[in-house]
Amino acid sequence: MIKAILIFNNHGKPRLIRFYQYFAEDMQQQIIRETFHLVSKRDDNVCNFLEGGSLIGGSDYKLIYRHYATLYFVFCVDSSESELGILDLIQVSVIIVNVCFHVQVFVETLDKCFENVCELDLIFHMDKVHYILQEVVMGGMVLETNMNEIVAQVELQNRMEKSEGGLSAAPARAVSAVKNMNLPEIPRNINIGDINIKVPSLSPF
Amino acid sequence: MALKIVKGSIDRMFDKNLQDLVRGIRNHKEDEAKYISTCIDEIKQELKQDNIAVKANAVCKLTYLQMLGYDVSWAAFNIVEVMSSSKFTYKRIGYLAASQCFHEGTDVIMLTTNQIRKDLSSPNQYDTGVALTGLSCFVTPDLARDLANDIMTLMSHTKPYIRKKAVLIMYKVFLKYPESLRPAFPRLKEKLEDPDPGVQSAAVNVICELARRNPKNYLSLAPLFFKLMTSSTNNWVLIKIIKLFGALTPLEPRLGKKLIEPLTNLIHSTSAMSLLYECVNTVIAVLISLSSGMPNHSASIQLCVQKLRILIEDSDQNLKYLGLLAMSKILKTHPKSVQSHKDLILQCLDDKDESIRLRALDLLYGMVSKKNLMEIVKKLMLHVDKAEGTTYRDELLTKIIDICSQSNYQYITNFEWYISILVELTRLEGTRHGHLIASQMLDVAIRVKAIRAFAVAQMAMLLDNAHLLTGNMQRNGICEVLYAAAWICGEFSEHLEDPNQTLEAMLRPKVATLPGHIQAVYVQNAAKLFATVLRKHEGATDSQAAQETSQLLVERLPLFVQSANLEVQERASCILQLVKYIQKLQQKDVEVAEEVSALFAGELNPVAPKAQKKVPVPEGLDLDAWINEPPSESESEDEKPKAVFAKEETKHSRPRHTEVDEKELARRREARKQEQANNPFYIKSSPSSQKVYQDAPGVEHIPVVQIDLSVPLKVPGMPMSDQYLKLEEERRQKEKAEKKKKEKKKKREKHGKGKKHDSGPESEEDITPAHHVDIVTEEMPENALPSDDDDKDPNDPHKALDIDLDKPLADTEKLPVRTHRSEPLKSPGEDGDVESVPQEPKKRSSKEKKEKKKDKDKDRKVCQLDFSVRRITDSNKNGCYLETKWVVYTHLWAVYDIQGNLQDGSQVVVSVIFENKSDSFLKSMEFNVLDSLNSKLQRPEGAGPHDGLVVPFQLPPGVSNEARFIFSVQSIVMPQKLKGTLTFIVKSEDSSTHEKLDFKLHFTCTSYLITTPCYSDAYAKLLESGDLKSSSLRLEGVNMPFHHLLARICFHHHFSVVERIDSCASMYSRSIQGHHVCLLVKTADQTVSIDAKCDEPSLLGNVLDEIKQTFSQC
Repeated sequence: MIKAILIFNNHGKPRLIRFYQYFAEDMQQQIIRETFHLVSKRDDNVCNFLEGGSLIGGSDYKLIYRHYATLYFVFCVDSSESELGILDLIQVSVIIVNVCFHVQVFVETLDKCFENVCELDLIFHMDKVHYILQEVVMGGMVLETNMNEIVAQVELQNRMEKSEGGLSAAPARAVSAVKNMNLPEIPRNINIGDINIKVPSLSPF
Repeated sequence: MALKIVKGSIDRMFDKNLQDLVRGIRNHKEDEAKYISTCIDEIKQELKQDNIAVKANAVCKLTYLQMLGYDVSWAAFNIVEVMSSSKFTYKRIGYLAASQCFHEGTDVIMLTTNQIRKDLSSPNQYDTGVALTGLSCFVTPDLARDLANDIMTLMSHTKPYIRKKAVLIMYKVFLKYPESLRPAFPRLKEKLEDPDPGVQSAAVNVICELARRNPKNYLSLAPLFFKLMTSSTNNWVLIKIIKLFGALTPLEPRLGKKLIEPLTNLIHSTSAMSLLYECVNTVIAVLISLSSGMPNHSASIQLCVQKLRILIEDSDQNLKYLGLLAMSKILKTHPKSVQSHKDLILQCLDDKDESIRLRALDLLYGMVSKKNLMEIVKKLMLHVDKAEGTTYRDELLTKIIDICSQSNYQYITNFEWYISILVELTRLEGTRHGHLIASQMLDVAIRVKAIRAFAVAQMAMLLDNAHLLTGNMQRNGICEVLYAAAWICGEFSEHLEDPNQTLEAMLRPKVATLPGHIQAVYVQNAAKLFATVLRKHEGATDSQAAQETSQLLVERLPLFVQSANLEVQERASCILQLVKYIQKLQQKDVEVAEEVSALFAGELNPVAPKAQKKVPVPEGLDLDAWINEPPSESESEDEKPKAVFAKEETKHSRPRHTEVDEKELARRREARKQEQANNPFYIKSSPSSQKVYQDAPGVEHIPVVQIDLSVPLKVPGMPMSDQYLKLEEERRQKEKAEKKKKEKKKKREKHGKGKKHDSGPESEEDITPAHHVDIVTEEMPENALPSDDDDKDPNDPHKALDIDLDKPLADTEKLPVRTHRSEPLKSPGEDGDVESVPQEPKKRSSKEKKEKKKDKDKDRKVCQLDFSVRRITDSNKNGCYLETKWVVYTHLWAVYDIQGNLQDGSQVVVSVIFENKSDSFLKSMEFNVLDSLNSKLQRPEGAGPHDGLVVPFQLPPGVSNEARFIFSVQSIVMPQKLKGTLTFIVKSEDSSTHEKLDFKLHFTCTSYLITTPCYSDAYAKLLESGDLKSSSLRLEGVNMPFHHLLARICFHHHFSVVERIDSCASMYSRSIQGHHVCLLVKTADQTVSIDAKCDEPSLLGNVLDEIKQTFSQC
């Protein structure tokens, strides 16, 4: 069983947390802090297993983690899980997150370059990452390990969401686009498909 | 209304979405909390709006805030609202939020039951999927009970995506609602052979998780798993199965023997390290369970150790770590094969990775022997010096102590060496484990009598150099050793060379800076030392020196009398007064030494740590009962201390019984010895070499070997313990040489043949300890209570899952099916008649009537099959399921089952299980029955009387699923047959054809009966009432045991036994319309006579006919 999945950055800021056993919010934060404390002081060239923190689980539990650039992916698992298997699973999850966010094609073309994860994806799309993770782990048990299958299911669900108009339907999206506009940085060249429109620079009156 | 919607969507334009929230938080780094609290206020406003999109957006933001540690449980109801949105987008947000913050204490969870049920049966597989995923996180016992049946149905869903989720969530359901395990287990087992690898993997996952906690219940699945193991290529599945076997083998050694070969093959063939590692682990488990050392097993061990060595030598730190982990498992049973890799493990101590070093330390713990203890500890001491982090150094320290003290100091041959190791450890800076070292010092000094002189000398030195230990406040932890040092010096002061000097050291002003409890020990033991000094000087009639000592105490003690610590103060002032009094006596030249030392006379024996717990409660003693009447308020305070005091007195009086004569004493001693011999908890002399010493009558008689310390112990630049190592080596060499000589001599005497023996490796027994030591066993109370360590956690949820799964299901074990909705189904074509079928709890066991479906196809063949679904309570083992007829059509199998409905006397439910046996896809199934006057198929409102019902699922190849149809029945007194047709489309790769299947449904009278328990007195009243008409039946040539006969009637005809006397039994059943049916069954020879009574004669007649038919068929 997997007891928790924690993703936090190099400063210990949580980016995604998933507990498969109930802990109150303050306890969750404490666990994150303790785990961060344990994991962050380890070099990158040491092993990826840690005998669990005292807060979560106890002697039967292990922390298995991977460190990618700015993010730590930590799984807290008991002895029924294969340590090396979980390490692979973290890798698989990361690749899938990348694929789902950046490449809308299929996984066969995967390359090593997808093994790193962009923290911004997680910061702004925590919900989406949750949905992806839900297709990998369910209720603390590994649901699916076949990458193609997972990506296909995530895609289908996203398509369904699109057909429903998504959470932020057109008007809201337009508004937030306006809100986000940073006028000085408007590009001069706007690409719409193949058409290249040159925005004329207007001379001041 | 329209305006409101428009207004809502305009408002929305200015709502923050999740991205805005995140961005906002990032832009308000300084006043994050304040910003978030305004956001939460906004969210509260948004949640008040009617627009579900706004609500969903708000809930999405709350999920994010929950991650940051904000409690969002106040929005639980809004989350439920969002969950019940019909749009997948919002539903998904709702379920995500629920899975993040709902738990068993969330009260709105009970509102979700129906919503979840609706989602589970949604035609959209992703609605179902999302509901299952969410439920897996917050399932409660109530939800589990209410939804178990729905989830079980989903396990046979047409979509593998749903099937695998349903299978996986069953584990959570079992945990919360253990009663569901047995009814659901057969289907779960089926899923092990599901065509979809994902579903199969999920089933393996669940069963492994179950079996891990209660392995013995799953032994019967071993052959199935064995098959899977040899056929599966999915490494995840293989790993799980192999891990499961690791849990099963200790229970069934035969399984282990079978496993070795395929596992060895896997080890040789696989390229996946994870799989290799798990195989090695399981082989180790197998070898541990096979205690008998068969020759080919040593090969397996060699293989494992070899493979592990490769892992440990790998540059990948993860493999190294796991290799060491597995190695430690082998160590427990086959220490020899690991010991040969000592070099490798010692190497790991130098690894840069702390976890690996710690693992290696664990291994060392098991690898020590008498022979290599000193060497290993020396190596560890070197590491202590080198170690950087305090945590690791502390870990090393505890490991050294663990290693040395394990199994009652079994491996220590020289305690002087051990004491010097302990003393060296006190030089560690900043350790937290001062108390650990202290307790070891105390333990050794108390229990190893022969070492006391040496220990006392060392401790005196420690006390003398106390300033080194306490020099720095950061080293606080280590000053604990002074506690031990002071106590040892005081208690065993007779061994002190120069008690005066030690006494002086203990009374230095600096002592006052030590922690209170240590000062207290100092003061107390100063008094003991004082007694010793007095005795020494009085013996030598040197009164001057004695008086000087008294003077020293009188001068120094006032410092302690002023101590802030109560204990120190009290002891110091007592002793100060005592010394002053003694001083007076001394001035009068009175001899006091004898009396002063009497204050501290007597030995303190070590008591086993668990001794108190093991004192048995004497018979008849009730600790909860009042000894006296409950006290009336005020007087109690005066009385209590008295009682305690009185008790203590009796205890202390024990040693005063000196007048007991010698004989009595001898008798008692004998009795006690006897008792100890029979007492499993009395630490007896182990069969190891210690035994030799134990028999010796006392310390005095032990020949203590004096080491000739030709080398002074303090060699500059060399730690003292190393001296011992050297000495030890020399000693062993010498011993060996001597032995050789002896042996040679012997051999010479015995014709002097062969020298080979000498070259053999030194065995454990060859090493004689340098000191003959008597390790005093800790005291245990007589008749100590046996066993106190099997304290399993009573709250472990897995305990409830310890259920025998091989026993056939009983009637009462069905999963509850909800009963609150009993309106006829409205839209069976859409999300399933399953949804609204009302039933009594005992749905399956009863009502059983099978008929065949006919079709015009020539290929049809009828056969009777032994299949799992219906064999539930049948006691007949021949596989003769008389009424269970199956039809094999080229494409489709179907079996059906008719059940009465308790709530509604005019309804029966027909459940049909369809199974696709073809290679093609079956879809658009439509079920139709030609209604009779008496029985009608219930159709959705608005449908014509001849319209068929759409079966709410499609069948991919090899999949089965169950559909239910409700019939309304008017009269139940007559059996009847209904004709019907099933149409469907067979879709293969290139073509699709319409197919039609005709069948008959046979409604027997038995199917209207419902098994109803009846008490014998109620039964008697019923018979007496006289409303019942009687009828009877005789069956000839029935050749079966009476209880089989009864079981058969119960099973096939839904009766229950009211009472049974010898070969006569009364039985009862009730129809759905409330007719009572009573049977009196008697048997003699091979004739069975059944007298029956019922208030409806024609029903009775038909039931009896059906019973007759049942028995004529067997």
